[in-house]
This record gives sequence, structure tokens and C-alpha cells, in this order.
Amino acid sequence: MTVESAPMVSGSLIASRDKAIAQKLIAKRYGAERRFRAYGVAAILFGLVFLIALFGTILARGYTAFVQTAFTLDVNLDQSAFGSSSPPSQSDLMMADYEKLARRALFQALGVDPANKADAKAAQDLLSANADAQLRQAVLADPALVGKSVRVELLAHGNVDSLMKGQFDRSVSESRRKLSDKQLAWLDKAAASGLLGTHFNTGLFTYGASSKPETAGVGVALVGSLYMMLIVLLIAVPLGVAAAVYLEEFAPKNLLTDTIEVNINNLAAVPSIVFGLLGLAIFINFMGIPRSAALVGGLVLALMTLPTIIIATRAAVAAVPPSIREAALGVGASKMQSITHHVLPLAVPGILTGTIIGLAKALGETAPLLMIGMVAFVVDFPKTPLDSATALPVQIYMWATAAERGFVERTAGATLILLAFLIVMNVTAVILRRRYERRW
Amino acid sequence: MSTTLLISIVIALGFVGWLLGNRRARASVEGKTSKLHSRPGYYGAYVLLWATLPALFLIILWSAVSPMVISSLVGSKLPESIQSGPEQAKNLTLSTINIIERGLSLLTPEESEKTLDPSTDIKALLLTKGVPLAVTPEPSAVDTARYQLTLKNSSQLLITLSGIGLSLLGLVFGYFQVGPKLRSRNAVEKVALAGLLGCSMVAILTTLGIVLSMLFESIHFFSMVPIQEFLFGTVWDPRFSAAGGSGSSGGQFGLLPLLWGTLYISMVALLVAVPVGLFSAVYMSEYASGAVRTAAKPMLEILAGIPTIVYGFFALITFGPLLRDLGAQVGLSISATSVLTAGLIMGVMLIPFVSSLSDDIINAVPQSLREGSYGLGATQSETIKRVILPAALPGIVGAILLAASRAIGETMIVVLAAGIAPNLTLNPFEPVTTITVKIVSQLTGDLEFNSPQTLVAFALGLTLFVFTLALNIYALYIVRKYREQYE
Repeated sequence: MTVESAPMVSGSLIASRDKAIAQKLIAKRYGAERRFRAYGVAAILFGLVFLIALFGTILARGYTAFVQTAFTLDVNLDQSAFGSSSPPSQSDLMMADYEKLARRALFQALGVDPANKADAKAAQDLLSANADAQLRQAVLADPALVGKSVRVELLAHGNVDSLMKGQFDRSVSESRRKLSDKQLAWLDKAAASGLLGTHFNTGLFTYGASSKPETAGVGVALVGSLYMMLIVLLIAVPLGVAAAVYLEEFAPKNLLTDTIEVNINNLAAVPSIVFGLLGLAIFINFMGIPRSAALVGGLVLALMTLPTIIIATRAAVAAVPPSIREAALGVGASKMQSITHHVLPLAVPGILTGTIIGLAKALGETAPLLMIGMVAFVVDFPKTPLDSATALPVQIYMWATAAERGFVERTAGATLILLAFLIVMNVTAVILRRRYERRW
Repeated sequence: MSTTLLISIVIALGFVGWLLGNRRARASVEGKTSKLHSRPGYYGAYVLLWATLPALFLIILWSAVSPMVISSLVGSKLPESIQSGPEQAKNLTLSTINIIERGLSLLTPEESEKTLDPSTDIKALLLTKGVPLAVTPEPSAVDTARYQLTLKNSSQLLITLSGIGLSLLGLVFGYFQVGPKLRSRNAVEKVALAGLLGCSMVAILTTLGIVLSMLFESIHFFSMVPIQEFLFGTVWDPRFSAAGGSGSSGGQFGLLPLLWGTLYISMVALLVAVPVGLFSAVYMSEYASGAVRTAAKPMLEILAGIPTIVYGFFALITFGPLLRDLGAQVGLSISATSVLTAGLIMGVMLIPFVSSLSDDIINAVPQSLREGSYGLGATQSETIKRVILPAALPGIVGAILLAASRAIGETMIVVLAAGIAPNLTLNPFEPVTTITVKIVSQLTGDLEFNSPQTLVAFALGLTLFVFTLALNIYALYIVRKYREQYE
């Protein structure tokens, strides 16, 4: 077309028109370039925004779990409540009606007439069902308190807790509210006079499973997780390091070692739930280890972590330069000596980094633990790895599926604890790598 | 003597052997250790190995074999009527015998004497030892229990004697071999090498354990439910039978609705993860400055380090309700647990898998290809689209396949965000369920182990394992084949 129309227009015109077309084309291409770049930025921002949203919501939902509402009451532990003998016997201390004592103190503090049955019931509902256990614990720890009036902090009911944390909607009509107008009036007065206040929630770290949000904690789950991490450490690290040393330093190139390598790579990609099925079939049904035991969980997680540790150790061992090995061999060391005395000590930072990352992965793993029955309602601390136990992520799962509203806050709080552990572990790994990694 | 104590004794003997061997080696050259073939510690280790390894091997073998021998001996002692009777009655009798035996083992010698007298109330006697029995046992059961106890005791005695004997024998044998000429280092290192090889075999054993346990339980399952009903059935309705009911009754175990849910959610997840992951990988490796790269890359990788239960909780508590409310505003009815919720969240989880693998692969494309393209006047994005991505394509496909295998095997996100109703639907706003969700729900309950309702979890697990394994192997194959091109 350009050629045909050429005679009709002058040369300069043709040039300017071509230039215009070319510029249009270039503008289009540059536009495409800019758009392409923008897509890249958008993709990265998408990931980051999601990350912030995730951490933000969990923080916003969970930080309140670290404080808990409690009444500060002067409880009169008069002798009459503890039987006739003075000092009271152990069984008297155990059997005393602490609930009544706590109730009496509360009525006095709120100015409630105990004779008015309806009022008394409404006031009593403000205390946690666990208040008597708390009081008992305090008295058992120091029997000399009997006969005195002591100032103690007693947990408030979950509903009072949500009120104090501002999660309670007062505008809802009284019949559909969990707290009546009268109860609210008492609570407002108590809060104003300092009777009712929020304190750091130590219970979150010391209690076990509970059907009441205010007495539910991750203490038992933390102990279970700790047991499992210890077992992973004791099993996966020696096995993984030994396997990696063999494969990296000794293995001849043959069918057997090829099979081992293929297997390790595949195990690293097998879904975690399949490891749980393995644990159920082999460790529980075949070997007869009790269900829900931390030992089974630890074994399953150790098998899962093994590929991570092997791969990290191999990289660390391979990074030690051959000159070190050759120097050791030159002074008469055997190959095994050169490795145990020289190569492995130099590879320790790399092995540690891999181990910590593997442990962090194992700590957050939930699905295989569901398979081996760790979704148990465990109230007592497991004393040995063979006792029923649960783990931190499993506790999160159980709370996440619990119906009561108060558990949402607990779930988010437990998630924050889990994330804090993971962040600490990963940061340690990064620091170890930065500080001790040697460049040869 | 318990096996644990026996093993500790053997290990203690090994330690004694280590000290003795060490001393004998030093004494044999009058303290001039340079005359020894190996360093003295190796002589100690040599004796230690002789004292412990054969004995430990025997003990482990014994504790694996002896229960089987004892149970077959006890089984043959049962009355004829029970032996030929139904399996359940036999198991019941055997478990009663086990309980009585446990009780008998707690009795003092005088009390044991009394159990021989038929007039003694054995139930009451055992109860004083904290062993409750449901009914007063028959005399024959008590006799069998006593027989079993005798067998166990003599087996334990035998292994204790032979274990300690073998350990001592090994110690003495090793000890007298110690001398300056003995190449103890070579011998010890051979054992150590065998140990290392053994450790690396654990990987094979694990795979074998997975495959065999799944296969075994799946075959058990397919003996109750025909395999074609499982593979091609379109209805999933396991119908938990009441306790004590006949196990095989009722229940339809069609895999297809679960498989559909799994694949649908994985597809949605990949629709999020692939573009986002790929674009961020391209941006990171081709455009981003060093500072942006060092800041953004670890941030994205945090996404891979967050436990999936956290994603699931986020989906359940925030994202699902958010989607539902958004849908309500534009007139769509989106269920809080739906394909979309689970798929989107899972997609975010997969971003780092796609991006970091693709990043490596894009970086591996030789610089000369880029420069050739620039030299022809292409812009950066044209170079990426027409030169780099085609060159990196096999590797990227490998990365996507790996991400897909993650998506299929992912459990906690779908457990919390996808729903539990099996649903063959195309509507992404409805809940569906997946293979992993059903494995969890079939196994988290108090069910008898041998019912098809429980065993189906293993058949599902096997399906999952085969799927992910095939994807992984294919992905590795593609990645490897590609990597060879530039090296």
C-alpha cells in the first residue's frame, strides 16, 4: 500500500507517516511491556497482601486470648467450712465446699442478697465453673490460709470475659442476650470499682482441653508437641545424618543406591496424610503401640522429616571441600575417620539448619496426627510418651471445629503461639546459616 | 527379667568389654600405642561390638518369634469346641486367658498355690490384684492361662540366660583376639559402614511400609466391597453401621464424587497459583532489583512455611464468611464452605511452590538467549514471552505438576473449608468433599477396625498415593529431561 500510494505524496510526508505508524507500534509495544511488568508487581502484591491479611486477622482475633477476665475477691476461708478439726485434715481440705465460699464472697462484693434465689443464680453464673478448683488449689498450696480472709483472683465466666473484651453486643434485646440487664449492671459496677479486671492469661499456657473456653489452654498440647519433637530429634537426626553420609560419601553407583535416592525424593513429596495411614497400620495395628500416644506421633513425624534432614545434610556434606578430606587421608586417617573427625564437624551448621527447618515443618503438621487418634480430649499432662497426648496444631483443629463462640479467640491465640514458635525456629535457622556458613 | 533390663545388661557388658579391650590393647604393647595397628579405642570398640551385637540380634529375634510360638502352643491347648468354633468366640476366650494370665503373674507363690484348689474364687482373688474379670472363669481357662504363664516365664528365663551367655561369650572371644596385629579399625569401620547403609535403607523401608500397609488393608477392603464399585461408583454413602451389626451391610463406596471434588478444588487452586506464581517468578528473576528480590522472595516463601491448619482456620473464620457476604451482595448464594473458598486459599498456599521452582528454572535459561533476543530489537516482555518461557516450559510444567500433587494431597485446608458432603457438581459455590477429607472423617471416630467403613480409608489412601506418586515421577522426569539441555 505504501508503495502504491508513494507517487501521490511527497517523500517527507511518507517518512512522517511511517514514523507515526512506527511510533504507534512502539507505543503499543511499550504499553504491553508496562502491562506485563504491572502484572508481575500485582502478582507479588497479591501474595504479600494475603500474607498481611492472614497475619492481621489472626492477630486481631487472637491477641485477646492472652488476657483473661477475673474477679478479685476477698474470700473468707472460715474454719467452719473445713470441718471441725484444726488444722483441717487433707480430706477436709479436698472436700470443702469451695464453690459456696467463692459464691459468698462474690455476693458480698456485688451486694447481692443470697436469699433472693433468682438474683443469687444470676450472680453465680458470672463466675467460671472452675472457680472452686482455683480456690481449692490455692488452699491446698498453703493450708495456713484457713480461717483467714484472703484476696484471690477467680476466673469469670466466658460470657463476662467477652463483655470485658468488647466482643459483647449490648444492643441485642435482653431475652436473646447471654447476660441480663441486671448482670450487666453488676458487672459495670464491679469493673468500675476494680473488682473485675483483665489479667495476663497464664491459663492459656497451663490448662488442657476443656469444654469451657475460659479454662481451655494449650498446656497439654504443648507438652505433647514437645515429646514429639524430642522423638523426631532422637530418631530422624541420627538416621538422616547417617543415611546422608552414606549416600554422599560411600555409596557406590548401583541399583540399590539409585533406589534409595529415588525413594528419598518421592518420600519428600508423599502427602502427609499417607504417613498417618502408615502410622495407623504399622505402629498401632501391627506393633501394638497405644493409640493417641506421643510415641506414634513422633515416629510418624520422624519418618516425614527424614527426607528433609537427609537432603540438607547431603548438601552440607557436599559443600565441604575435598582438600579437607584429602589432608585427613594424607596423615593416615581412614575414610571413616576423615568424615567423623573433619567433614561432619564442618557440616554441623548446615545440618542444624536443615534439622530446625524439618522440625518446624513437623511442628505444624496436623493431618497425620488425626489419623493416629491424637484428636483426643486430653485433660491431663502426658507423663510418658506412651500416654494419650495431643499436639498444638491438633488442638487448633479441635478448637476451630468447636461450636462455642469463645473458642474462636482461643483458636486464634493458639495459632499465634504456633506461629511464634515457627518464626523463632526459622529465624534461628537463618541466623545459624548466616553466622556459621563458610564459603570455601 | 524384662527385655528392657536384659538389653541394658547387655549394653553394660559391652561397656565393660570396651574398657577391657582398651586396656588389653595398651598392655599388649606396654603402653607404646604407636605399635598398635589401630588406636586403642578401636580395640575397645571391637570387643564392645562382639559383646553386644550377637546378643542384641538374638534378643530381638527372640522377642519377635517367641510370642507367635507361645500363642500357637496355647491355641492348640484350647478345648476342641472352641478351636473349631467361630473366630470371635476364640478371640474372646484368648483375651480372657490373657487377662487371667496377667492376674496370675501378679500373685504371690502362696496365692498361686491356692488357685490350684478348684474351690477358690479366682475372680475375687484377681480383683484384689486390680485385675477385673467379667465372669468367673472356667477351670480349663485358668489351666490354659497357667500354661501360658509357664511358657512365658520359661521363654523369658531362656532368653535371659542365652542373651547374657552370648554376650559374655562374645566379650571373651573379642577380648582374646585383641593384640597389636589385630586390624580392629578395619573391622569396626566395616560394621559402622553397614550401620550407615542400614540407616539409608530406612527410606526404602518406609516406602515399602506405606505400599504394603495400604495394599494389604485395601485388599481386605476389596474383599468386602467389589473394586469396580469403588472405582466407578458415583455415590458415596458409607452408612456407618451400628456397633455389633454385620460389617459388610449397606454402604456405597463410590470414589468418583470424591475424586471430582479433589480435582475440582485442585483445578481452582492451580488457576490461582499458576498465574500468580509464574508472574511473580518472572518479575523476581527478570525485572526486580536486588533489594526488592531479597525482600520479597523470603516474604513469599513464608507462605510455604505457614502450617496448612492456619490456612484452614483462616478460610473457615474469615475468608469463607467474607466470600459468602460478597456473594450475597451481588445476589450469588455462595456457601461458606465451598469449592471456591478451599480452592482460592489452597491456591495461595501453592504460590511459593510454583514461584520458587519456576524462578530457579528461569534463572537457568542461558543469558545468551536473552541477549540474542534483545539484539533483534525485542522488548523485555517480548523476550520473556517468546524466548525465555518457551525455553523454560518443560521445567515450569514440572513445577506445576508438583504443585498439583501438593494440592491433591492437601488435607487441613479442605477439611476446614471444603465441606463434608460428597457432591458431583459443577457449581463452584457449593461445598464438595475430597479424598483426604473422607480419609480423615472415616478414621476419626470410634469404629471397629475391620469394617469396610474404616478400611475404605486405606483404599482412598492408596488412590491418593498412586496419584501423587505418578504426578511426582512425571514431574521429576520432565524437569530432569529439561535440565540436561544446557549442561
